[in-house]
Formats: sequence, C-alpha cells, structure tokens
Amino acid sequence: MKLVDFVCFEATIPELQRNDRDGVIAELVSSLDRAGKLGKGNCEEITAAVVSRENEASTGMGKGVAMPHVKHEAVKDVVAAIGQSSAGIDFLALDKEPVYSVILIISPVDNPDKHLQVMEAVFKHLQQAKFRKFLRMCSDSEQIHDLLIEADEDPSL
Amino acid sequence: MDNEVHEAELEIRNSDGLHMRPAMRFVDIANGFECDIAVSNGETSVDGKSIMQVTMLAATFGTKLKVRAEGAGARAAVDALRELVEDKHFDEPTPKQ
Repeated sequence: MKLVDFVCFEATIPELQRNDRDGVIAELVSSLDRAGKLGKGNCEEITAAVVSRENEASTGMGKGVAMPHVKHEAVKDVVAAIGQSSAGIDFLALDKEPVYSVILIISPVDNPDKHLQVMEAVFKHLQQAKFRKFLRMCSDSEQIHDLLIEADEDPSL
Repeated sequence: MDNEVHEAELEIRNSDGLHMRPAMRFVDIANGFECDIAVSNGETSVDGKSIMQVTMLAATFGTKLKVRAEGAGARAAVDALRELVEDKHFDEPTPKQ
C-alpha cells in the first residue's frame, strides 16, 4: 500500500500550535474534520478515543516520531493526517525524547487487515533515518506531499 | 551454549492480527532474552526486538511467522513467544469467540 492512498494532504499541519500530546491529537483530528474526512464523527469524541488508546500504550515509538491511531466508526476507509512540530512535543515517547513528526491514523472498525497494511506502509518509511530526517526538514504541506510521493516510489527512503 | 539455535513457526490467532499493541508485547518478551531473534513472514525478515520492524510485518489473522532465535536462551525465547502468540493470542479475541 502507498502512503498517498490514505494520507489526507489537505489536513497536513506543517507547524503544530500545541506542544502537548493531547492538544496535538485534537489539532490533527480537527484538521481531518475540516478536510471533510470524518463524516458525521464528533471531533471531541474521536480525540478522546485516540487519547484513550494512547494512554494504554504510547505510540511514540522513539526517534522523534509518533503514530497515534484509533479504530472509529466515523470513517469507512483509513485516513491519516501529518503534523510537524519544530519545537518538539512531549508525547510520552518510549525513549522519553520529544516528538517532531506525528501521523494520526483513523481506521474503520471492521477492517483489521487494512489497518495492518497501513501500519506496514508507515513504518517501512519511518524506520529509515533518512525519511525521518527529510520529514522533519519539510517546512510546508507541499514539501511533505512531495516527500511522500517520492517515498512511495523509492522503497529505500 | 552460545551457539544455541531454535526455530518455530507461530500462527497469528487473534482476529486483529499483529497490530501495534500485540507487537509491543512481542518485542517486550523478545528483549528479555540475550539471543538474537529474527521473525519472518516468508517475504521479509525483521529484528524481533524492534517494535517498528515487527509491526511492519503486517501479520494478519492466520499468518504463519517463522521465529528464529540464536544465542543464549534461544529455546526459552521461542517457547515464551509461542505462548504469547499461539496460547494467549495476545489476550485478544479470536474469530471463534
């Protein structure tokens, strides 16, 4: 699966306003909603669901990236939004370091296999130091869009 | 003893497959052992101690993973992982439940 298949570029936030975990999650959920991706879903409720999932186990996997996610009936297909913070976010990451790139993923409740394929697509790139570095260097939505297109074409990125 | 090698095929039995939380439990157990642990889905082989790499396997329900441990505690490591994946199925629902 390709990143461009599920990342909503209209919802990209090149510089997040908040620097706390729950605030950043709320920003990205609202951004997906403004892009029309959450149907009749309620932003506060979806944010609470993501935060609740995050409280069970942090998706701040280390190396400055986090991938908060939840399965929710508001979506019929997987949708994701990317947010960046140059200051760094206290995301309660496993390595206790700040997080600079956040990929929020909302998956439908009835398609666990698709959810796994999305995870695979995201981690394939996030585990590459080069991709993480380039992502952090992106200063606007267009650069993030171009990077993801390039990453989809180049498995080594 | 250091050259101990143990292999097993483990089948994913929980409905949601090896998503991030199960992968974390897998990696936690793997990291409790000194031996190297490789996990393969037939196409890709990854480090069983890395959360990103294990999640990358995208192992859905019914997937058979080959686990290969090499080094001190290899057999105990594979046994512990088998218990988590097959016996406990990560304490998550299986399709029959």
